[in-house]
Amino acid sequence: MIRRQALVLLTLVGLLVATYLWLYKIGMLGQLQCGTGSCELVQASRYAELFGLPVALYGVGGYAALFAVGLAGLQPRFAADRRLARLLAALATVGFAFTSYLTGIELFVLHAICRWCVASAAIMTTVWLLSLAELRATPSGTAPSR
Amino acid sequence: MKRFYLLLVAVAVIGGGALWYGSQRGPAAPEPSAPAPVAATDGFRGYTLGSDSPPVEVTEYSDFECPFCASFATVQMPVIREQLIATGKLRWRFRDFPLPSHKYSRYAALAAQCAGEQGKFWEMHDQLFTNHQWAQTGKNPRSLFRDFAKAIGLDLDKYDACMDGQRYAARLDASAREGEALGVRGTPSFFVNGRPYTGRGTSDDFKALVDSLTKKHK
Repeated sequence: MIRRQALVLLTLVGLLVATYLWLYKIGMLGQLQCGTGSCELVQASRYAELFGLPVALYGVGGYAALFAVGLAGLQPRFAADRRLARLLAALATVGFAFTSYLTGIELFVLHAICRWCVASAAIMTTVWLLSLAELRATPSGTAPSR
Repeated sequence: MKRFYLLLVAVAVIGGGALWYGSQRGPAAPEPSAPAPVAATDGFRGYTLGSDSPPVEVTEYSDFECPFCASFATVQMPVIREQLIATGKLRWRFRDFPLPSHKYSRYAALAAQCAGEQGKFWEMHDQLFTNHQWAQTGKNPRSLFRDFAKAIGLDLDKYDACMDGQRYAARLDASAREGEALGVRGTPSFFVNGRPYTGRGTSDDFKALVDSLTKKHK
């Protein structure tokens, strides 16, 4: 249960980070608080959009889905539900793959690092590891209690 | 468990509040390619190189993000400057024609105009074309252009104020409209003494053309 709580808390933080980047992208925030990073460069690059939508919006959607599924997983009736653990792991794996791709773009194509993107990548990686651990810990063959 | 939900609510409220506060502090600065709000057209006719009364004048319509323009500026133009402009045979007039398909060409043109305000248009022109990697990366070149401004010795406070206010945006619009009226469809496009030039765009070609027109002039 602690793992799922940590996962939910992290996805909430990730959701806030993604929302922050999305609000910046759509012009709701004046300037990214980036310190010495290159947030503006990364956010203004063509890689900051995918299929016409800001990449951060995909992050918002992904974190929101993980948060909702994670919250459901905290309910006692789903505590030992392997299907839910599988769903969490699947969502987190997609998120991890996507964030790995974006980090690769930052490092090898743009040669610029956005600290908020790194924070999101770290959160998603941790969520992914937690979801895998949760999947392993959840016994197979269990179904929700009715 | 109750304490955990309280923690979640606290994080959501603090984070959401921070986002709300940030959004109340004002919208983002205008995008580099956003329509320009300032400055009336001032009758500006473009920066020039060369003597005031040359026999031949070439007007170039150019886009700072265009690779062909960069190639022309770095390969052909040095020869033209040395052999035709410096010798008084030719005056060169630069007009902006930022293509809408190029995300940062308008921003680059603004940077050149803001450098021109401090008497260093051609220095910025050279920086933008010589270090043309910025046009291939798709990255926001704002800080790079500022580095260029610093490198050519601009007063950065004045440069920043000029760029933030997009002070010469109306000039760019006027220049682009003028080019469209003249039939410019791509860049670089040249007009020699007001007539469309359809040559190969090499320094040799311009040299031959200038020699021929100079003979007629005499």
